[in-house]
Amino acid sequence: MDILNALVAFTNFVIVPGTAYGAQLALGALGVTLIYGILRFSNFAHGDTMAFGTMFVVLITAAMKSIGISFGPLPTALLALPFAILCTMALVLITDRAVYRFYRKVKAAPVMLVIVSMGVMFVMNGAVRMIVGTDDRRFADGERFLITARDFKTMTGLSEGLAIRTTQVITVVTAVVVVAALFWFLNKTRTGKSMRAYSDNEDLALLSGINPERVVTVTWLIVAALATIAGTLYGLDKSFKPFIYMQLLLPIFASAIVGGLGSPLGAIAGGFVIAFSEVTLTYAFKKVITYLGPDGWAPDGLVQLLSTDYKFAVSFAILIIVLLFKPTGLFKGKSV
Amino acid sequence: MSQSHVAQTAPNRAPLYFGMMAVLIIAVGFLQSWNSALFILNMGLISAIMALGVNLQWGFAGLFNVGVMGFVALGGLAVVLISTSPVGEAWQAGGLRVLFGLAIGVATIVGGIVFWAMLRGNKYRALFIAAWLIAGFFIFRAVFDPAVAAIEAVNPAISGNLGGLGLPVLIAWPVGGLFAAGAAWLVAKTALGLRSDYLAIATLGIAEIIIAVLKNEDWLGRGVKNVIGLPRPVPYEIDLQQSEWFIGLMQSIGANPVTASSIFVKLCYAGLFFAVIIILITAMQLALNSPWGRMMRAIRDNEVSSEAMGKNVTGRHLQIFVLGAAICGLAGAMMTTLDGQLTPSSYQPLRFTFLVWVMVIVGGSGNNWGAVLGGLFIWFLWVEVEPIGRFIAEVITSGMADTSALKAVILERTVYVRPLTMGLVLLFVLRFNPRGLLPER
Repeated sequence: MDILNALVAFTNFVIVPGTAYGAQLALGALGVTLIYGILRFSNFAHGDTMAFGTMFVVLITAAMKSIGISFGPLPTALLALPFAILCTMALVLITDRAVYRFYRKVKAAPVMLVIVSMGVMFVMNGAVRMIVGTDDRRFADGERFLITARDFKTMTGLSEGLAIRTTQVITVVTAVVVVAALFWFLNKTRTGKSMRAYSDNEDLALLSGINPERVVTVTWLIVAALATIAGTLYGLDKSFKPFIYMQLLLPIFASAIVGGLGSPLGAIAGGFVIAFSEVTLTYAFKKVITYLGPDGWAPDGLVQLLSTDYKFAVSFAILIIVLLFKPTGLFKGKSV
Repeated sequence: MSQSHVAQTAPNRAPLYFGMMAVLIIAVGFLQSWNSALFILNMGLISAIMALGVNLQWGFAGLFNVGVMGFVALGGLAVVLISTSPVGEAWQAGGLRVLFGLAIGVATIVGGIVFWAMLRGNKYRALFIAAWLIAGFFIFRAVFDPAVAAIEAVNPAISGNLGGLGLPVLIAWPVGGLFAAGAAWLVAKTALGLRSDYLAIATLGIAEIIIAVLKNEDWLGRGVKNVIGLPRPVPYEIDLQQSEWFIGLMQSIGANPVTASSIFVKLCYAGLFFAVIIILITAMQLALNSPWGRMMRAIRDNEVSSEAMGKNVTGRHLQIFVLGAAICGLAGAMMTTLDGQLTPSSYQPLRFTFLVWVMVIVGGSGNNWGAVLGGLFIWFLWVEVEPIGRFIAEVITSGMADTSALKAVILERTVYVRPLTMGLVLLFVLRFNPRGLLPER
C-alpha cells in the first residue's frame, strides 16, 4: 500500500495529459460553439481550419529559426503564433466573403451551410496537404521539460516520477489567458454584448440596430484566433499531422454538444469531460493498482478498460449518454 | 431547398448527360487503356450505389448521414465473414467463448435498458444501472479477452481470425446490407428525433468506431493485417488464359489473351453491378412514386404538417435511414468483392463519406438518376484529376533540373489536388446550380 506513489503515477499519466488535452479540446470546441451560436451551423471545416492555422505557425516558425530568432526556453512557435493568427483571420474572412456570405443573404437553411462547410473542408484539406504535405512534423523547440521524472524523484524521494512538459504548461496557461480574454470580451465590451444578443435572439438584436455583418465578421476573427491557438497547442504537445486534425473533429464536436451547442462555458466543460474520460478509460491502471494493493502483489493484465484505439468510442459514448438524458447539453445550449 | 418553377419547362437532360459520361469513359479507353476505363466504370457504378443510398436518406427524407464510411466498411466485413472458409482450429480455440462473451455484452446493455424502464421512480435507479453495467463490462472482458487471445494465437501469420462461413460471395452482398442496416437502426434509435446536427455527429462517430473495430478486432477480420484473396463471383484471369474456349475466342477476334482476360473479368463485374443498379433503381422509383414515396417527400418538405396529418415522422425517418444505410452496406460489400481484399486502413472519411456527398449534391439530390450520374462523374473526376494535375505540374516544372528538390516536392504533392478540386466542384455547384445536374422533378 503506497498511496503517495499511486497518486503521483495517476497524476503523471492521467491528470497532467488529461488537463492539457482538455484545454486543447475546449479551445477547439469554443470555436465550433461560437460559429453555431452566431452563424447557426455546425462547421465541419473547423478541424481543417485548425490545421491551416497550425500550418502557418509551422511555416513561420521555420522561417524565424532560419534567420536565427528564438524564444529562449520557450518554443519559437509562440512568437510565430500572432502572425499565424493574422494569416488565418485573413483566410477565414476571405472564405466567408467568397462562400458563406451568399447563403446568409438568401437565408439558406442551416443544413445547407453544413454542406457548404463540407466543401470548404475539402478545399482546405487539399490546400494544406499541397502546401506542407502529410508528414508528421514536430515544431516544438526550447526547454522540453519543466520538471523531469528524475528531478522529481530526487526532489521528493518517491520511486514514481512526475514529468511535466513545457508544452503542457504552455497549453494550460495559454488556454486560461485566452478563455479569460474571450469571456471579458463577450461580457464587458459593446461588441461582445451585441454578439451575445445576436446569438440569443436574432430578430430582437436586428431591431435594436445591431449590424449583423459586423457581428459575423468579429465572430470569424475570434474563431480564427481560437482555431489557430487550439491547433498550435495540440501540435506543440503532440505533433503536426494534417490528417489528425480532421479526426479531432469528432471529440471537438462531442465536447461542444456535451456542453451545450452555443454555450461557451459548456464548450469548456465539455472539453474537459471528454478529455478526462478518454484518458482515464484508455489508461492502463496496472501501476496505480500495484501501488495501492498489498505489497508484493500485482494485477495480471494491464487493467486497461479500453484499448487506446477506441478513444473515439469514448467521446461517442459520452455524447450519446448526454444526448439521451439531457438533449440540450450540460449547460443548456440552443436547439434549432 | 428553394423550389423554382423554371425547372418545369426544362427538357429532360438525363440522356444527354449519361451519353456524355459514356463518351468520357470511352475516351479513357482510347487515350489511356481499356483496363483503366473499366476500372473507372466499375468503381463508378459502386459509387453510384453509395450515392443512391445517401440520396434516399438526404434527397427523399432530409436526413443528414455523414457515416457512409462505416456502413460501407460493414459491407466489406460481411464479405469476409460470409465468403472465406472457416478456421476450424480457431473455432476450437475460442470461437464459442467469443460468441458467449459477445452475448454477455449485449445482455448487459439490453438488461440496462430494460431495468432502466422497470425501475422508474426508484431513487437508486441510476446507481443500480451503473453497478449493473460496470459488473457486466468486467464479466464480458473476463470471458471475451482470453478467447480473443486464443484465437489470435492460431497461425497469426496467415489467419488469426475465426474465418467466415465459406458461402458463395454473392450472398455476402445482401448480408452486407443487413449488417449496415443493423448498425443504422442502432444509431437512428438513439439520434433520430433529436436535432439534425446530432444525427450527423452520431453517424460521424459510429463510422469512426466501426473502422476502429475493424482495425483492432483481429479475431474478426484480421484487423490491419488485412484479408486478401477473397473469393470471386467471376472467373480468374489465369484460368481464362488457360481455357481453350477463351483462347480460341480471343484468337478469332485477334486479341491478346492476357490483356483480354483482365478486360473480360472487369466486364463480368460491370455486368453484375449494372444488374444490381437496375434492380435498385427500379425498386426505388416504384417505391418513391407510390403513396409511401409521396408521404416521404411530404414529410421532408413539411414535418409539422405531415405530423398533423397523422404521419409518424420519426418512424418513417427510421425506416428510410435504415434502408439508405443498407444500400451503402451493399455497395461496400460489392466494392470489397471487386478489390478481392479487405483493408481497414484504406477507409478514409474524405473518400468514403464526404466524396459520396459531393456525388449526391452534384448529381442532384432527390433524383435517383442524378445520384447515379453524380456517382459516375465525380468518381471519374476523382480518378482523372490526378493525372491531369500531374501533367500540369510536369509542364510547370519542365524548366527545372531533375535533381531540384522543389520539383520533387511539387510532383509529389499534386495528388492532393483531388480533395481541392472536389471541394471547388461542390462549392460551385452549391452556389450556381444547387439543384444539381439532374434536378428533382
